This record gives sequence, C-alpha cells and structure tokens, in this order.
Amino acid sequence: MEFLLYLLLVFMIAGSIIAIETRDLLSSVICVGAVGLGLAIIFLLLGAPDLAIVQVVVEVLSLVLLLRVVVMREDVTIAHRYRYGEVFATAVALLFFGVFIMLAAVAYKQMPAFGDPLLKVSQNYIENGLDRVGAPNLVTAVLLDFRAYDTLGEATVIFTAIIGSLVILRKRGRIRHEGNEPHS
Amino acid sequence: MAPYILCSIILLLGVYAVVAKKNLIKIVIGLLIIEYAVNLMLVLVGYRAGAEGPGEAPIILKGATEQTANFVDPLPQALIVTSIVIGLGLTAMVVALVLRLYEKYGTFDVLLIRRLRG
Amino acid sequence: MKGMSLIVRTITRLLAGFILVYGAHIVLYGHLTPGGGFAGGVMLACGFILLVLSFGKEGALEIVSENAASAWDCIGALLFLFIALLGFTGRYFFFNFMGKGTQFDLISAGTPMWSNIAIGIKVWACLFLVFLMLAVFRMRDEG
Repeated sequence: MEFLLYLLLVFMIAGSIIAIETRDLLSSVICVGAVGLGLAIIFLLLGAPDLAIVQVVVEVLSLVLLLRVVVMREDVTIAHRYRYGEVFATAVALLFFGVFIMLAAVAYKQMPAFGDPLLKVSQNYIENGLDRVGAPNLVTAVLLDFRAYDTLGEATVIFTAIIGSLVILRKRGRIRHEGNEPHS
Repeated sequence: MAPYILCSIILLLGVYAVVAKKNLIKIVIGLLIIEYAVNLMLVLVGYRAGAEGPGEAPIILKGATEQTANFVDPLPQALIVTSIVIGLGLTAMVVALVLRLYEKYGTFDVLLIRRLRG
Repeated sequence: MKGMSLIVRTITRLLAGFILVYGAHIVLYGHLTPGGGFAGGVMLACGFILLVLSFGKEGALEIVSENAASAWDCIGALLFLFIALLGFTGRYFFFNFMGKGTQFDLISAGTPMWSNIAIGIKVWACLFLVFLMLAVFRMRDEG
C-alpha cells in the first residue's frame, strides 16, 4: 500500500509540472483533471470513500467550468517570447523551494509519524458515535451532529460565493459617461 | 515523513504557478493545485495504519459493531468534505472573473492587461 | 446555447433518470453508507448540467427555470437552519431532538437524515444556478 501511495504522489507531481509548463491551454486543463483523479484514488487508499466520491464529482464540474473559458477562444496557445529575467526568476524560485523543503523537513520531525496520529478528540467520537447519534457512518455523525456548526458555516460560504459570481456575471453593467455602453 | 514532503512539493508547484506565470488560465490552474495539496495534507495527517494492514474507513458494519480499533480518524475527513465543495465555489467565482476580464480586454495575458487602460 | 446531435440527446434521455436517482440514493442513505448531503447534491447538479448541455438552454429551462433554482436554494438553506433551531425545544441549538429509532434502518439517527436532505437540496440548487449563469453569459463577440 505504501508503494502505491508513493507512485500516485509522483504521478500527481508529474501531472502538475506538465499542466503548468505546457503551452497548449487545452492540454493543461486536461492534465489538471488527471491530477484530480489521482487524488481521488489516493483518498480511497487512505480509507476515505466519502472524500473520493466528492472529489471525483467536483473534479468533473471544475473541468466543465474551465473548459467553458478555454474552448472557443482565439489565443489558446501561448506565444513564447523570452522576456529578460525569466531564467533568473526560475532560478530564484528553485532556490526558495529548496530552502522551504529543508525547513519543512525539520518541522515535520516534530509531528507524529505517518500512520500513528494522536487521537485525543476522535477516540471519543469513534467509541461513542454509534450510541449517541445512532448513525453507523461516523463521518456523517461528526459532520451533522458533533460538528454541525461547521456545516452551517459551510452552507453560508457556498451561498456567498455563488451570489458573488452571479453579481459578476450580471447582464447589465454600469453605463459609462462617454456614451459607449460596455454591456448590451 | 516522506508523504508529507511530497505533498509540500505539490503545494510549492501551485504557488509557483500563481506567482510566476503570465497567463490567466495558468494562474487559475495554480489555485486548483494549491487546493488539492492542502486537502491531501490534512487527510494524510489523519491516517492510522491498522494492526495488520492498512487502516479501514470509519463506517460501522452491521454484523460487527465492535471493530473500531482499525478505524482512521473521522474528524479531518468531515472537515475536508466541506473544504472540497467550497473549493468548487471558489473556482466558479474565479472563472467568472476571468470571463469578464477576457470580455473587457480581449486577451489572457496579464502584462497586456496591465498596460491597456480600458 | 444550442443543444447537441440526435445521438447525444437520445442517450441523455435514457441516462439522466438513472443519474438523478443515484444522486438521490446517496443523499438519502447518507447516514448508513459513504456519501451524504454534499456528494449527493453535487451529483444531482451534474445530472441537471447534463440535461442543459445536450438539450440546449431553452430545452432544459422548461424543467427547472432560473427563478425556481434560486427559490430551491433559499429553501434548502432555510430548512437546514429551521432544523437547527428546532433543537431549542430540547436543550440547545442543533440538539438531536428526534428519536434514534432502530440502528441500521433507513429512518434512524434523528436529525442527521433530514439535515442531509436539506444540504443536498441547497448544494444542488447552488451549483445548477452558477452553471446556468456561466452558460447563459454571452459576450459581445459571440453569436
């Protein structure tokens, strides 16, 4: 199982590198879809089938939204112009990554080892969940009974995000003073 | 510790795409990759390997209501479910912004958008 | 926004019912098997988006119009809040005031089941509405 986990993580890294560096926009959108599906398989391996279902369906919807923007546009391939300082920017980015990974390795040594977490709060949920809530699915029991406030907050956040995007996509905009109206 | 390091590499790739790329679609893809990395990190922290073999999903089956010793942590999973759906709302809003920018300036290039006064 | 060819429309007519029923199953059995309100709600939205993509905007709006989707969105959110406020009849906010029933049954566990239904309605209506807006949005240089 560990070998499969590492293989999928390397697959995700390779997919992200391809998605960022390729010049065709349609290919990069499809690569992001592959990264998301790899993530769904990792969720299955880590014992989270709830998350795998949500990740697959949300991935499909994100791809549909991104394709709505990319397809039917004129400039779907990026013209490559060598701007001065692009090599310098990439070198500085790699240096920063190296420093970050070294400091992160020092910080991760203080956390509990992989596969052996501290279950201080969840031990109570696992042992008493079925008796106190009556639901065999412990994730739903935590979401909707032990931690129902967080679910209320999530419903509010989704509501606000959708209202925000509806405001951005209104048909009628402000009328400008010079007379040329930007929206029909 | 090795899965944590690999997950940090995915996060850093997403940050690189948001900061150093000049095309709007690449910036949106960087945002998506950052979101995958953060969700994966939290689920990795909550994984518990069972006594003999991988950990099991925290769902109690009908015949065996006493086998809770191998379950993984259900608390991070509940919070990441909401996080994934909120990420979808964020993607929808950013795509709406990109559509509006393309309508106004006619290009996806960030440098050209900064120079035009529309 | 135009629809698609005849083959796509025929297959959609056969498949859309199954997708919607499966989404409703995941919402209703959320407290027994993996799934719940979020997964089922997003899947229901996917089913409706399939209808919009293959029949065009006019064909799909006969089933659920924009005002109806907006109304269902508000109904879902208010229903969730109402279930939470009913907990005050017991002791506190979000108190599980219903009886637990027999374990492993469909109608058991009290409020989590109805909260699942409310969240499923809300998530479905939200995502369908945002997709409709993105599909309807026509730029000036598009036909």
